[in-house]
Amino acid sequence: MEAYLDNSATTKVMDCVTEIVVKVMTEDYGNPSAKHRKGMEAERYIKEARAAIAKTLKVQDKEILFTSGGTESNNMALIGTAFANQRAGKHIITTRIEHASVYNPLAYLESQGFQVTYLPVDQDGHISLKELQDSIRPDTILVSIMYVNNEIGAVEPVEEIGQLIKSIRPSIVFHVDAIQAYGKYQIRPKKQNIDLLSVSGHKIHGPKGVGFLYINEKVKIKPLLYGGGQQKDLRSGTENVPGIAGLGAAAKEMYTDFAKRIGEMTELKDYFIEQISEIDGTVVNSKKGLESAPQIISVSFQGVRSEVLLHALEERQIYVSSGSACSSNHPAISGTLKAVGVKKDLLDATLRFSLGIYNTREQLDYTIEVLKELLPVLRRYQRG
Amino acid sequence: MKYQSFLIKYAEIGVKGKNRYMFEDALVKQIRFALKSVDGEFEVTKESGRIYANALSDFDYDDAVEALKRVFGISAICPMVQVDDMGFEELKKQVLQYLDQVYPDKHLTFKVNARRANKHYPKNSEEINRDLGEVILETFPDMQVDVHHPQVMLHVEIRTRINLYSQVIPGPGGMPVGTNGRAMLLLSGGIDSPVAGYMIAKRGVVIEAVYFHAPPYTSDRAKEKVVDLARLVARYAGPMKLHIVNFTDIQLYIYDQCPHEELTIIMRRYMMRIAEMIAEKEKCLALITGESIGQVASQTVQSLAATNEVCTMPVFRPVIGFDKQEIVDISEKIGTFETSIQPFEDCCTIFVAKHPVTKPNINVICRSEEKLAEKIDQMVRTAVETAEVIRCE
Repeated sequence: MEAYLDNSATTKVMDCVTEIVVKVMTEDYGNPSAKHRKGMEAERYIKEARAAIAKTLKVQDKEILFTSGGTESNNMALIGTAFANQRAGKHIITTRIEHASVYNPLAYLESQGFQVTYLPVDQDGHISLKELQDSIRPDTILVSIMYVNNEIGAVEPVEEIGQLIKSIRPSIVFHVDAIQAYGKYQIRPKKQNIDLLSVSGHKIHGPKGVGFLYINEKVKIKPLLYGGGQQKDLRSGTENVPGIAGLGAAAKEMYTDFAKRIGEMTELKDYFIEQISEIDGTVVNSKKGLESAPQIISVSFQGVRSEVLLHALEERQIYVSSGSACSSNHPAISGTLKAVGVKKDLLDATLRFSLGIYNTREQLDYTIEVLKELLPVLRRYQRG
Repeated sequence: MKYQSFLIKYAEIGVKGKNRYMFEDALVKQIRFALKSVDGEFEVTKESGRIYANALSDFDYDDAVEALKRVFGISAICPMVQVDDMGFEELKKQVLQYLDQVYPDKHLTFKVNARRANKHYPKNSEEINRDLGEVILETFPDMQVDVHHPQVMLHVEIRTRINLYSQVIPGPGGMPVGTNGRAMLLLSGGIDSPVAGYMIAKRGVVIEAVYFHAPPYTSDRAKEKVVDLARLVARYAGPMKLHIVNFTDIQLYIYDQCPHEELTIIMRRYMMRIAEMIAEKEKCLALITGESIGQVASQTVQSLAATNEVCTMPVFRPVIGFDKQEIVDISEKIGTFETSIQPFEDCCTIFVAKHPVTKPNINVICRSEEKLAEKIDQMVRTAVETAEVIRCE
């Protein structure tokens, strides 16, 4: 049996996505900027994808900007707004558990004279609203906080954060990295006071190399790419039409039968957490139920190096990720596991299991069975 | 300047007496092989103590030079222009045209060095030198003669046709692969072993390699990295067979039975034994390792003696006296460094003890190995028999 449990790294593409991608590549391959019919046909795919995505968020079509994926969306959100708003101030607030595609653009902005405050998190991975409030200064222009943490699945109180920021100063731009949250949560940027929202296609069973950034129409933002002036001058470059069409199809599908799908996924997650908790020497770093993301289960295994366990599972066709002990070189950043207080000897012993729409209970049973078989053997042979 | 051919110079082969033809033939074969990877058609010929590589079609000059620079046995590569003998007046024009194209900046010292293989040519070498020198000085007033240390040594060889060349690109030296037997390299994925393989191949030895894989403790990426390294070494050493031995069971068995501080040394002894068995099967006459004295606990003189003791074949350790930096320098030169430093664990470090023995006593080690008696022979046989073979080129 194969059990692909690395859906937070990337997912298998859905059939309806493949179909539309192939159709665009082989039949409707025109350049959307072309004046002839082929161009118009291609443009229609973009329009439809834009409308489908806008509908999932209840925002306007024109507020969706297509990008090359999550990393570009985050870069655009941070660098684009920082430079467009620097006259109002040069202070940015974020957390200590962000993804590298948020840290590293911020590190770049620091080198360009911006100041960044990194908020700590508690043992559940949540920031404190009080600390956020205290960190906001007169020159704060941007707050960037992830929706769902990619390593342990912690969910930040995005709505409360949005409310707090806007109650202090409406002009502060609120960016949310929703790369692990889109498709798993009903996100309402207008209601939650989110100004910018990053999403990636391949985390929701869509194609790689495509994503989008929701940009509230009132936000001032500068482009990263200059050229032919596509997408209203905000992102030059011929649109990735097959990718965009695929992303639209995936987004639409993820929010069809949404409640049922997420309910089932949460049940699977809870089942897996219950089963794995019964194995000796395991510590589950994710929460059951709706308190943490439905797809992410972080587990530490005492006395086993995560990389060895990962490869041992791989031999049995079970694919997972190892939780990185430290994913950044930035001194203020410690990596999520450390930040939420995972014990030092477990940092290097942590795996992330992540679910997608194709996983079954049988696959999870098989995984538990294999773990029970492997762990005693791997624990017998240790370094030193 | 558009060159059509290369004159290939070789050094050590010249002194090999009656075996000389064998070395030359091997070199011709290696040059042909190297040029196969270059766009264009080539003819490689041997005539009166010279090897020429002539292009029969358009070809990529830079790629051809790069390929030739990796052929052991070549001491120098001279890009050459061949012209027809249409009289001395015509030769003057051809020489001037050659210089003008190859050296746009004429602030140079030069010397003409003519050789006359065709003794019927109306002028002798001295006359050719003098007359060509004169016309060069007249035409290019910036050029000056220096007979002792010229910046440009213009060779004019009068044969059936006339060869003109002045550029000398150093080759890698050494001897053509295939002239010195066959040896088995223990390739680990680190910096040292690819360098060791390169150095032995440079002496004309055909090499094969063996890698010890320990899944799940070492990943498929670690194995992929070793395949990549073997391919990089094969650019010099020629196509190489890589034997991948699954070592996990043996390692765990040693872990179960023997004192942990002796683990590395006992493991290394079994690697040598297995490498030797595969080497024998493959008709290799020696083993090659990247060991360097004192670099790690398993490479103290005592440890080397303890691992050496299990082999009867000679073990070549070409970097034994090198400092790390010296090895790194070579690995950068041959292009293996970037690949070697990719951070994947190899099987020597996975169970390494906190304080491994650095001065193993052979008798003590042998007594520890007795505890393996029950199963180890069968395990070693299985490891040899089940080794996967990948052809790397």
